[in-house]
Amino acid sequence: MALKIVKGSIDRMFDKNLQDLVRGIRNHKEDEAKYISTCIDEIKQELKQDNIAVKSNAVCKLTYLQMLGYDVSWAAFNIVEVMSSSKFTYKRIGYLAASQCFHESTDVIMLTTNQIRKDLSSPNQYDTGVALTGLSCFVTPDLARDLANDIMTLMSHTKPYIRKKAVLIMYKVFLKYPESLRPAFPRMKEKLEDPDPGVQSAAVNVICELARRNPKNYLSLAPLFFKLMTSSTNNWVLIKIIKLFGALTPLEPRLGKKLIEPLTNLIHSRILLCLSSVAVLISLSSGMPNHSASIQVMKYLGLLAMSKILKTHPKSVQSHKDLILQCLDDKDESIRLRALDLLYGMVSKKNLMEIVKKLMLHVDKAEGTTYRDELLTKIIDICSQSNYQYITNFEWYISILVELTRLEGTRHGHLIASQMLDVAIRVKAIRAFAVAQMATLLDNAHLLTGNTQHNGICEVLYAAAWICGEFSEHLEDPMATLEAMLRPKVATLPGHIQAVYVQNAAKLFSTVLRGQEGAPADSKVAQETSQLLIDRLPVFVQSANLEVQERASCILQLVKYIQKLQQKDVEVAEEVTALFAGELNPVAPKAQKKVPVPEGLDLDAWINEPPSGSESEDEGRKTKTKGKAVFAKEESRHTKPRYTEVDEKELAKRREVRKAEQANNPFYIKASPSSQKVYQEAVGVEHIPVVQIDLSVPLKVPGMPMSDQYVKQEEERREKNKADRKKKDKKKRREKGRQRRGDSGPESEEDITPAHMVDIVTEEMPETALYTIPCLFPSQKSSKHKKKKQKKEEKDKKKKKHQHHHHHSDGAGDESVQNGTVEEEEPLPVSKQSPFILSTQSNPCPLDIQVCDIQGNLHDGSQVVVSVIFENKCDSFIKSMEFNVMDSLNSKLQRPEGAGPHDSLTVPFQLPPGISNEARFIFSMQSIVMPQKLKGTLTFIVKVSWSCSPQSTHIPHYPNQIEVYLSRVPNTTGVDLTIKCLLTGSNQQYLLLRHPCNICPLCMCPCPSQADQTVSIDAKCDEPGLLGNVLDEIKLTFSQC
Amino acid sequence: MARVETCGSRLLRRLRFPIDQSIMIKAILIFNNHGKPRLSKFYEHYNEDTEQQIIRETFHLVSKRDENVCNFLEGGMLIGGSENRLIYRHYATLYFVFCVDSSESELGILDLIQVFVETLDKCFENVCELDLIFHVDKVHNILAEMVMGGMVLETNMNEIIIQVDAQNKMEKSETFIFQSPRQDR
Repeated sequence: MALKIVKGSIDRMFDKNLQDLVRGIRNHKEDEAKYISTCIDEIKQELKQDNIAVKSNAVCKLTYLQMLGYDVSWAAFNIVEVMSSSKFTYKRIGYLAASQCFHESTDVIMLTTNQIRKDLSSPNQYDTGVALTGLSCFVTPDLARDLANDIMTLMSHTKPYIRKKAVLIMYKVFLKYPESLRPAFPRMKEKLEDPDPGVQSAAVNVICELARRNPKNYLSLAPLFFKLMTSSTNNWVLIKIIKLFGALTPLEPRLGKKLIEPLTNLIHSRILLCLSSVAVLISLSSGMPNHSASIQVMKYLGLLAMSKILKTHPKSVQSHKDLILQCLDDKDESIRLRALDLLYGMVSKKNLMEIVKKLMLHVDKAEGTTYRDELLTKIIDICSQSNYQYITNFEWYISILVELTRLEGTRHGHLIASQMLDVAIRVKAIRAFAVAQMATLLDNAHLLTGNTQHNGICEVLYAAAWICGEFSEHLEDPMATLEAMLRPKVATLPGHIQAVYVQNAAKLFSTVLRGQEGAPADSKVAQETSQLLIDRLPVFVQSANLEVQERASCILQLVKYIQKLQQKDVEVAEEVTALFAGELNPVAPKAQKKVPVPEGLDLDAWINEPPSGSESEDEGRKTKTKGKAVFAKEESRHTKPRYTEVDEKELAKRREVRKAEQANNPFYIKASPSSQKVYQEAVGVEHIPVVQIDLSVPLKVPGMPMSDQYVKQEEERREKNKADRKKKDKKKRREKGRQRRGDSGPESEEDITPAHMVDIVTEEMPETALYTIPCLFPSQKSSKHKKKKQKKEEKDKKKKKHQHHHHHSDGAGDESVQNGTVEEEEPLPVSKQSPFILSTQSNPCPLDIQVCDIQGNLHDGSQVVVSVIFENKCDSFIKSMEFNVMDSLNSKLQRPEGAGPHDSLTVPFQLPPGISNEARFIFSMQSIVMPQKLKGTLTFIVKVSWSCSPQSTHIPHYPNQIEVYLSRVPNTTGVDLTIKCLLTGSNQQYLLLRHPCNICPLCMCPCPSQADQTVSIDAKCDEPGLLGNVLDEIKLTFSQC
Repeated sequence: MARVETCGSRLLRRLRFPIDQSIMIKAILIFNNHGKPRLSKFYEHYNEDTEQQIIRETFHLVSKRDENVCNFLEGGMLIGGSENRLIYRHYATLYFVFCVDSSESELGILDLIQVFVETLDKCFENVCELDLIFHVDKVHNILAEMVMGGMVLETNMNEIIIQVDAQNKMEKSETFIFQSPRQDR
């Protein structure tokens, strides 16, 4: 009876093998999960049996369930049991299951070590084979270490089947246990010459893969590989070897010459040939309506190869531009994506518009959002690469961006938005246009937001609102835009956009007010505007978003207050505008690097002492003993050089990376000069395609610009330029009577002049740097202002309460020289040794004078305000100070009306002992390019308590500049140092020169290291005269110190 | 302090060494026109859920492509994105997809898929989807003779068939006490 039950249950279980399970699952389509869970229960029962056949059957089913996504790791131990069966059938099932579900963190793996070792040495080659196959999937570092020797023995097994597998698995072992590489390598090398082609190919496979990571170590194998390559007929082996040679050749030119040169030439010619044949293929196939898949494959591979060649031989690929553009029309997305990748490297100023226009057509046609988004990012990438290098017309670019906003459901709204902001901020000339476009966008905001909440494109409104607000002076109808921004529907936008809306509504409000108050009759209108804000803002005050709420309530209160004032007929526009005065400037990404580390801040120091480590303790102690000040000083001296070092290191690193990339690229072949030349010559003017402009494309949103029109404009402009140039050429030709075809033929990139300039700010100093004082010159046409001034002052002293006159004792007379710099900041030399040299008399000067600031005048670009600090250093009262600077050709001290050209200015204060005060003097300048020196006099009366007869002894005084010296050597020679602020103290080591309109024509960063007496200065300037003068000054200054 | 850091990064580099080194074939997937997996072999470890997601994603990517387009596309998010390529072939109701890294030759893999299918055809005698459904273990065994641990082991079809047959013969020679092999379809 009992036997019967047992037998019955066994039967039942045996009914369900893998096929039954699969069939059962297929029959239970509705409740598959439930069925499988009962099966798993059965499997658990089966696993508890002692019979290995039952267990292996269960494990086999588990393997299947694992593929369906069920976790079977709970059966890991049973799998190990089945693996250790002596029967090949079960063993194979066990190893298969293990290879499917074991991984490095499976803990039972360590139980398998001995079993695997036993299997590896089994007399049955298939036992060994199965163990090797399984091991290749779940080898761990421990297993690799323990079994490396056994596997190495197997590499010389009599059966090629085993040898092959053993060789291949060694790669895995090397990865997990790199120490095994050294002892195993000689044997691996032997296997390259194994009589069995399978083993040989496995060895090639492994060594190529190793060499790909680190080609240098495998150079010695090159002859062997060369032999293999000529003898082998196996395609796999050939592909691998050729890839390997691709990695080896750049490393060893000698070898390359000897052995590989014929080969390289062969491959090289083949690649070029291949390139053109691929091009032919692509053109052929795109002409045929029904191309077969194999041609598609070729096309794909061709494009892939081109993208690799593009990195090294851009010219040769560029000549196939038309074909690549055709590939964009391909119906296969993979091919289109590849072609897009290629486009990035092919744009130039000439063809950018054309290419982008083509892409825009595709954007319209593209059906899948993924591909469309890809297109969108590519368009923006292409246009914005290298600081908008290829864009000649920014109005066109803005229009493109605006057109892109019409894409529904794109994820890249923020990308478009950031581009809009970037362009509007950096390209000044475009602002008016951009603002007009953005206003239209805001007006049509409902088109963008559509119905979907998470529509990415509404990000664009963020940019639009900000641009309209920030540059509201360019708005034609600020009132309309203000209204558009305060529509109730705005409250449905995401919070961060609303916040920008609210803030910029306030900016707009100030602009509107100013406009309205300008006309006196409109005070009513102004009040209505305030009322509008008061009506609309409460919606935002109730916003759930904290940022919106906060800004809205703040502005609401402000507007209420303004309204109150307005009702009293107070003009408020000026004050409201002042809220948003000033200009935001772009900051270069590297700007942070230029901010010096503040004194006393040690970025490398631990905030909390590390728990242990004798070295760091030592260092810490040193620091302590030296004292903080000393340490800080040292720090500041070292920081600068370190920056440059980092740069060099970075460069070197990048170079390395690039080399490595080329080295790893099997398709990279060194250029032979001849082939390149051929392609260069091919790019002549004849090859520039003439684009037909299709203007029939209808406008989609009324009032929105069509980017196409710019394409046409651009063409015209270019035509004109070309025509002009041709005329000139002709003339020249006639004059010279020579053929000048060579030079005038191709239209070079440089000839295309951009319509707008971009501010390239990569080198610009950050606005936030402590020591910079932003120059506020309103840009006057394109003139640059520089000012540097020098003033000299003279002082006099008298012991008695007398008044002294100062003369310029310098023979140079009054001709002042101004050093041209755009702006200078000068750190004040606070040292006791003031830059002023006082008199030569033994008596110290009672008055210390320093120029502390030179600024452009906000209201008038030709004016410079010089601030001078007067400090009384004696014990007496100083009064009646009069300041005078002789006018020069270039500069003039501004005097009150009615004063003669030589009258002095009275300093409007008196100085009690020990007190300092600041006075400002205004100079008007003619030119800022030339260095200038100013000389001046200062007279004052010192009240001395002891009585004495007034002596009017005249003491000659040296005119001294206020400039800072390079060193603290008192400047008694009368040398005029006109560069300000070249390092005096330990931390005043900057010379900052900036342009009035923030374009930064000049930017310097001296890195003086006092230790080795060398100073390097990097300067950048778009005004050669200025740069030359400044550099001369610097040189002079340094040579004298 | 600086030295401690260097030390740490060196250690890190050594730790990372094996991870950097990738294997060439990441995964081999077979699924039908509806995305039902018929075989999945991952040569890098993922947990079961991720594996299923990868299969679904791959199916999604591959199935929406026309016939007559090329056989390559970039991998999905889950399996390495643009680092990897999916190389696939579509036979009747089944998709054979190999996910490989850039070190493998595309044409080579395409050829390998062809060899794989021809081998299956020889071993099952006119292979069809049902063979793969019911004998996934056999398919695994055949695959194991071609690709091992993500590396191509053998591309010669005859050699593969010899080894597979020899193993099957061995399996048959081992007597079964309780179980007789069934031929199910």
